[in-house]
Amino acid sequence: MKNIGVAIVALFALSCFSLFVGVKEIAISDWWQSPQNIDLFFISRIPRTLAVILTGASLAVSGAVMQMLARNSFVEPSSVGTAQSAALGILLVTLLYPGSPLIVKMIVASVTAMIGMAVFLAMISRLPVTSPLLVPLVGLIFSGIVEALTIFIAFQTEMLQFQGTWMSGEFSGILRGRYELLWLCGVLAILTYVVADQFTIIGMGKDASINLGLNYKQVVIVGLFILALSTSLVVVTVGMIPFVGLVVPNIARRLMGDNLRASLPWVAVLGALLVLMCDLIGRLVHFPYEIPVGTVLGVIGSFVFLYLLYARPAHAR
Amino acid sequence: MIEINGVSHNYGKSKILQNISLSIKESGITALIGPNGAGKSTLLSLMARLQPLQTGSIMFDGHSVSQTPTRELAKTLAILRQDNALSSRMSLRDLVGFGRYPHHKGRPTAKDHRAVEEALDYFDLQDMSGRFIDEVSGGQKQRALVAMAFCQETKYLLLDEPLNNLDMYYARSLMKRLREIADTGKRSFVIVLHDINYAGAYANEIIALKDGTLAIHGPPQDVLETNALQTLYSMKITVTQHQDQLVALHHL
Repeated sequence: MKNIGVAIVALFALSCFSLFVGVKEIAISDWWQSPQNIDLFFISRIPRTLAVILTGASLAVSGAVMQMLARNSFVEPSSVGTAQSAALGILLVTLLYPGSPLIVKMIVASVTAMIGMAVFLAMISRLPVTSPLLVPLVGLIFSGIVEALTIFIAFQTEMLQFQGTWMSGEFSGILRGRYELLWLCGVLAILTYVVADQFTIIGMGKDASINLGLNYKQVVIVGLFILALSTSLVVVTVGMIPFVGLVVPNIARRLMGDNLRASLPWVAVLGALLVLMCDLIGRLVHFPYEIPVGTVLGVIGSFVFLYLLYARPAHAR
Repeated sequence: MIEINGVSHNYGKSKILQNISLSIKESGITALIGPNGAGKSTLLSLMARLQPLQTGSIMFDGHSVSQTPTRELAKTLAILRQDNALSSRMSLRDLVGFGRYPHHKGRPTAKDHRAVEEALDYFDLQDMSGRFIDEVSGGQKQRALVAMAFCQETKYLLLDEPLNNLDMYYARSLMKRLREIADTGKRSFVIVLHDINYAGAYANEIIALKDGTLAIHGPPQDVLETNALQTLYSMKITVTQHQDQLVALHHL
């Protein structure tokens, strides 16, 4: 716990750095002297940095909660069809009610995300507990099917290009007025921390939960609700971002174990750090052009995931 | 007092329990014995409301397990399961601490911390309390789970084969401790035991199940008897006496 201060300081330093990375060069020494620069800061740079931090923390916390609900450490909302279901919901609402406000899109996306997650949990409840690697595989197949369905519909309705913006997450379009929904993700993350013990107990299994007097179904539904909401918030505002929810909770688990009360602050800070780092890499590697953060994470995250798979198969939950 | 009334249970077509009715007295140790597949674990999990009752009723001090809110029952009874698929990566201290959850609901007080430390001391876990559950031996994990159930401070403790994974030293010391606690008169144990001699030596009463029916219910001397045991387990068992203790020679 002591070192979380270090992680927060690192996150703060990286955030400050992020404010000065962009096409328009701003000198650190006198940025406040030009009103143009201040506008740029408040319209683009600060919103973008905040959006990255909120998204990273939210994705990582969602991953940790989902791993408790599924009792498997190789799942996250974007690898088991939850984010894909949210994207399908956005596509459907855009087709059926074009021009509906963002909040309507978000609600529909949450509903479809929740349905997708419920289908996934129902499927894995039939799998034998002795083969934990089947769970992420079923998730990948399911998310592939939902994604294929979405692409098919988008293709038939000539919405493919539009669909691409939800499928691949990136922050270049973030401006003041277009990211504020993400604050709700922050609220949901705090809410998760408040009931962290209940999710930890759910992760111990149904019998342990009942024994400790928990209303198992109710807590699972609350968890599904939080997950569906924060996943669709991220998909609606920045698009799908892979691997954060998978990699970060696994690293935190190694350090802190499964007690969410202790590990969630780490999960949130590390998630924000990882996404901020990848966003910066995406902005700098081909400067002044950008590589979407999802692409950078796909490359980095898949290596870390492979490492986690091979490093500790005996402890796969 | 635990009252079990007309409890039957089926999985599909196979009858696991058939019309079980019995009452278990307050305080003391009750051993639940019987051959594999007799329905002991099912009965225990029905008592602990881990599965819904199909027929009949189970009451703890007059509170029905199917009607009392589960968070209230968590302060009355605790269960230790046999097939513990617990795979959470948690330090032993945190694990034992979760036994206090029904009391503090996520906000532990000084009293809860004290109870955890006492349980760790009592079950010899203090030295390894910081280690993760997936880094200790099967026996240490088992002791931690018993400590967790103990920490829940419920009047009734249902333990499904608590001696699993324990060596002779810890098996005996656990039974002695349970006996000690039972003798204070504050808590009652219902324990599924496979070793009939432990049941004979430490229990006040023994309940024997066979093929889902109640075979014998009585004090140890009624059960540790050559004919009774031979019928129960369908094998040749000699019962002998060592000093004033009945001993079943089931391993010869």
